[in-house]
Amino acid sequence: MAGAWVALALTLKVAGWATFLNLFLGVGIGYAMARWRFPGRDLIDAALTLPMVMPPTVLGYYLLVLIGTQGPIGAWLLQHFGIRMIFTWQAAVIAATVVSFPLVFKAARAAFETVDPQLEDAARSLGISETAVFFRVSLLLAWRGILAGLLLSFARALGEFGATLMVAGSIPGKTQTLSIAVYEAVQAGQDDTANFLVLITSITCIAVLLAAGRLVPGRVPQRH
Amino acid sequence: MTTELLRLVVKTLALALAAGLSFAAQAADLTVSAAASLTNAFKDLAPMFEAANPGTKLQFNFAASGALLQQIDKGAPVDVFVSADQATMDQAQTKGLVQAAQRRNFVSNTLVVIVPASSANAPKAVADLTQAVYQRIAIGLPASVPVGRYTKSVLEAAGHWAAIEPKMIGANNVRQALDYVARAEVDAGFVYATDAALMPDKVKVALTVPTTTPILYPVAPITASPNAALAQRFVEFVGSAPAQAVLARHGFGKP
Repeated sequence: MAGAWVALALTLKVAGWATFLNLFLGVGIGYAMARWRFPGRDLIDAALTLPMVMPPTVLGYYLLVLIGTQGPIGAWLLQHFGIRMIFTWQAAVIAATVVSFPLVFKAARAAFETVDPQLEDAARSLGISETAVFFRVSLLLAWRGILAGLLLSFARALGEFGATLMVAGSIPGKTQTLSIAVYEAVQAGQDDTANFLVLITSITCIAVLLAAGRLVPGRVPQRH
Repeated sequence: MTTELLRLVVKTLALALAAGLSFAAQAADLTVSAAASLTNAFKDLAPMFEAANPGTKLQFNFAASGALLQQIDKGAPVDVFVSADQATMDQAQTKGLVQAAQRRNFVSNTLVVIVPASSANAPKAVADLTQAVYQRIAIGLPASVPVGRYTKSVLEAAGHWAAIEPKMIGANNVRQALDYVARAEVDAGFVYATDAALMPDKVKVALTVPTTTPILYPVAPITASPNAALAQRFVEFVGSAPAQAVLARHGFGKP
């Protein structure tokens, strides 16, 4: 059963990193898409949302082809740094990040779009820098929506299975997350282990949802 | 307007569901759960069996023998079970899932070590796999994959398991181990000779590994099968001369 706690710690680590990366990627790209008009914007939006609707195995295959030792990125990493991405926990982070990215991106874009541009203009007219406008006006007003997206993405990353299994494999203590450990225990007929893992997973998910209810504030702090 | 739309959606769903259910169980469907290593050979056998038994449709379910056993144990509607080792079939027999009287071995196989075709290294003995150039070795998960169990027993007998286990990249079935080597994500892998022969341009066989127990594939009808006669015919068919010829072409040996 000790293996289950290792799997839980690894799952939290992978989901945590994925959410951390998505905080920057999702918020940055979400802001850009909400504020800037450029040709092909809808196409890019669709492409960035794709991981949400595409089967994880398809994403896993794309990643395998890209970061595998024979793929363009993987071959480059191997040649220049001697790094092999596949079967590492970092590969699991990449898979979880890609899969949960649209949840942050979509939430951030929608949240930024609800921010009244006049408020941003008013701040600019008062002479503060663009960076300050972003942090003190746009981000502050959009924060609640972004936080909801981040929590959803953390929950999605916790349960990620298909793409992770394809690029990170199932190495106990290294890349074997809870969902993959459950799969393997069931395949091997180890029902006792499976029961315990499922129990831990369920409790973790409920805890995340409860935390989400607490963390997302009912009201946005307003600054006048 | 909205109600009408909703009604339409519900009707469509109900129709789709009814259609799905009526297709789910046809009288002459025979479901065969077979070890992953048999995938290509069995797909070639299907038209022969279907031609000899008009109106019959073969459905295959390929996976690691251990995973198939679990599905059958949990009540999966399967008619014939084919495993890649005796241990898995023994478990099925102990649980009363298969008809022991009709169980028979119909092919044999060989364990080999493969390396990516692009690899500069090739082990000359299993002991070489303990060297540092072999950092990752694909091995079927011994808990559910027979090829992993054969590998583990060979390595244990040779006293190398402790050194090689930390390098192990577990595969959920033998074909996954083959794929890992073909993509050069691992430095070596243990598969059957029949699997290695599928990708001669991507993997090369470094050595043939003698196993402590011979690799024999047993086949048996499932006790709970509603198509007992047809299941029995399939068990006989895989042992027949024409079927054996196809299996031999895929590299399987006589039992």
